[in-house]
Amino acid sequence: MDFNDTPAEAEFRAAARTFLEANATLTSGAPQRDETETEQIERAKAWQQLKQDNGWACLNWPTEYGGRGATPIELIIWNQEESRYDVPTGPFAIGLGMCGPTMIAYASEDQKREHLPRMAAGQDIWCQLFSEPAAGSDLAGLRTRAERDGDDWVINGQKIWTSGAQFSDWGILVTRTDPSVAKHKGLTFFFLNMHSPGIEVRPIKQISGGANFNEVYFTDVRIPDTQRLGEVGQGWGVSLTTLMNERLAVGNAGGADFPDLFELASKTDLDGEPAINNAAVREKLADWYCQASGLKFTNYRTISALSRGTTPGPENSITKIVSAVKMQDLGSFGLDLMDMGGILNDATLDPANLIFQQNFMGAPGYRIAGGTDEILRNIIAERVLGMPQDIRVDKNVPFSEVPTGNS
Amino acid sequence: MNFEFSEEQDLLREQAQSFLNQHSPLDAVRAVLEGDQAYDAKLYAGMAELGWTATTIPEQYGGIGLGHLELCVIAEELGRSLAPTPFSSCIYLVSEALQLFGSDAQKQRYLPGLASGETIGAFALAEGPQPATAANLTSRVEGDALTGTKVPVADGDCANFAIVLAADADGGSLYLVDLDGPGVQRTTVETLDPTRSHASIEFSAAPAERLGEAGAGWLQTDRIFDRAAVLFAFEQVGGAHAALDMAKEYALGRFAFGRPIASFQAIKHKLADMYIAATLARSNCYYGAWALSTDAAELPVAAATARVSASQAFHECAKENIQTHGGMGFTWEFNCHLYYRRAKLLSVNLGSLPRWKNRLITNIETSNALSA
Repeated sequence: MDFNDTPAEAEFRAAARTFLEANATLTSGAPQRDETETEQIERAKAWQQLKQDNGWACLNWPTEYGGRGATPIELIIWNQEESRYDVPTGPFAIGLGMCGPTMIAYASEDQKREHLPRMAAGQDIWCQLFSEPAAGSDLAGLRTRAERDGDDWVINGQKIWTSGAQFSDWGILVTRTDPSVAKHKGLTFFFLNMHSPGIEVRPIKQISGGANFNEVYFTDVRIPDTQRLGEVGQGWGVSLTTLMNERLAVGNAGGADFPDLFELASKTDLDGEPAINNAAVREKLADWYCQASGLKFTNYRTISALSRGTTPGPENSITKIVSAVKMQDLGSFGLDLMDMGGILNDATLDPANLIFQQNFMGAPGYRIAGGTDEILRNIIAERVLGMPQDIRVDKNVPFSEVPTGNS
Repeated sequence: MNFEFSEEQDLLREQAQSFLNQHSPLDAVRAVLEGDQAYDAKLYAGMAELGWTATTIPEQYGGIGLGHLELCVIAEELGRSLAPTPFSSCIYLVSEALQLFGSDAQKQRYLPGLASGETIGAFALAEGPQPATAANLTSRVEGDALTGTKVPVADGDCANFAIVLAADADGGSLYLVDLDGPGVQRTTVETLDPTRSHASIEFSAAPAERLGEAGAGWLQTDRIFDRAAVLFAFEQVGGAHAALDMAKEYALGRFAFGRPIASFQAIKHKLADMYIAATLARSNCYYGAWALSTDAAELPVAAATARVSASQAFHECAKENIQTHGGMGFTWEFNCHLYYRRAKLLSVNLGSLPRWKNRLITNIETSNALSA
């Protein structure tokens, strides 16, 4: 056991560092930014283009589509190095992490050559149009209709929780084309231009105050049949490709973590002495340290498998569920340590830079996004432990006859 | 990065599994639970024959001088099988203590017997139902004679010698005591886990020879426990996974309301939580294994992390295994209680969970101070 790179990995890491040092600032030395969304998108596009020009974009994609043909371990090394720098990668996370791999698997050769290099260079931003008001955890219960009309399909319906729809150029979309068959069998998958007539994007204000998600309404939106991905009625299989990549992309919830709470407890008073001297505080700190450490080394085990060139085990399936719950509980406890002042949410008054407030108000979303805690437990039970699926009353029923309730 | 066991170590794991499946099935564990013998002597002799007891002991003292990673692999399988032997006392505690603090003569005297499995050693610290501290320790050495009572002492009834922490003129030191010699009276005591025997040992001016520096007993014990904590944590992870597997097998075969109970989300979520706890613990154990095998400065933090999360995981898996079995899990006949018992033993045997959590934070404070 060791934590060292192989010689080839070390060489790759050194090259990545050289590029990053020459072109970016470390997060620790970065200025506070007060920029609009448009300014941030412009900065993100410029960074993505610079990476693409120098061979550091979409590392694991084939070179003919704008990637580098790198190995999984090289992608991880790049991500480790890039994450230390103050560079905006968020606007591309969904497009490059989920839409790109789906296009690689299902689009025609011409479409791949047309769209993927633009995606890799940050020229187009992509979004994923999956969830609906009545189809969240039960995604296959979606109702947005696609009806054939000559060489086109006509789309009517509504998507929700679509991150980045307001600034996306393209999207991937799953629709219902046949409500007379069972729910998984009547779906068809497309990609479409988000600037098409009939698309309306409305931002959703979250409990945290931000608006990262949108509702997207489709009214007689036309998509050429050539932009269908997979066969008619095979949309569920295509969706699973995307979702598999989503689970790779949605990892640690992040936020304030053990070191932040340790620091807060060291400088906050409790009963006349530093809170960290309090036995109850120490016990909670220990629990979160063990969780954070367990996640870190679970990730190291996955990386080791990739470094060896073998398929990682299922251990990383625990990452999101553990980190999102920790983010919430640790944030809440940080506020408790601030006592009456724990309710403050004013950057000018709060010494801890609002990080615990952000955990507290952001974590409820992380426990839902990309698979709820409950769905993730089902996935661990079914895919990792091999337990049977729950009995599904809608499984072999025509979709049009499935009972519906509130949305 | 290479954060997994090597192919050779995985091969050792397979060999250990197949040996223990054959020679330490749960029936054998149950035989010790219900019988009079302190441990399964035939099993222990077989383990010694395979060289397990000799693993980390240097060749000059009769061992084979492999690293601690190999010992971690063996420990996980012993934990999985609940093997009823004094291996942990002899190897994780006594052999480590001798290698850390013994004089050459002491190593020559004791290590070959531990390596061959012919001699059994015990580590004696506790004095009843409270943490032993410098303030409350009553066992005392005057001159070269030890007087006092240690209870519970794991394997104290079958051991040939013990390492005892006792108060003395220098504060507290470790002592080697021949348990077959004069001034020693031993009684087997009833515990929650009779698959591992424990004794009360009464010393009445028993001859004692100091191990290591005078007055360093408490610090030495901390160092020994840091190393043993990693090895016990592997046993705990092995036990946690065994309990999880048992719960899963039962849930797949048990039908209620016309279907396997494994198809109910209440059961699936329970087992997913057991898997999460066991996986976090395993990953922390790997960190502990790395720190132990390289003698890293991080060992105190890594050991406490491994112990805390492995204690939590084994307890979670053992108790929820009973729950998954329903009423049958509460019967003597089913084996669920064997894991439940062992989980509790291993979570208190080096000191309780609250104490190790506190120790973890203390170790982090210390290492932060050192690196600052």
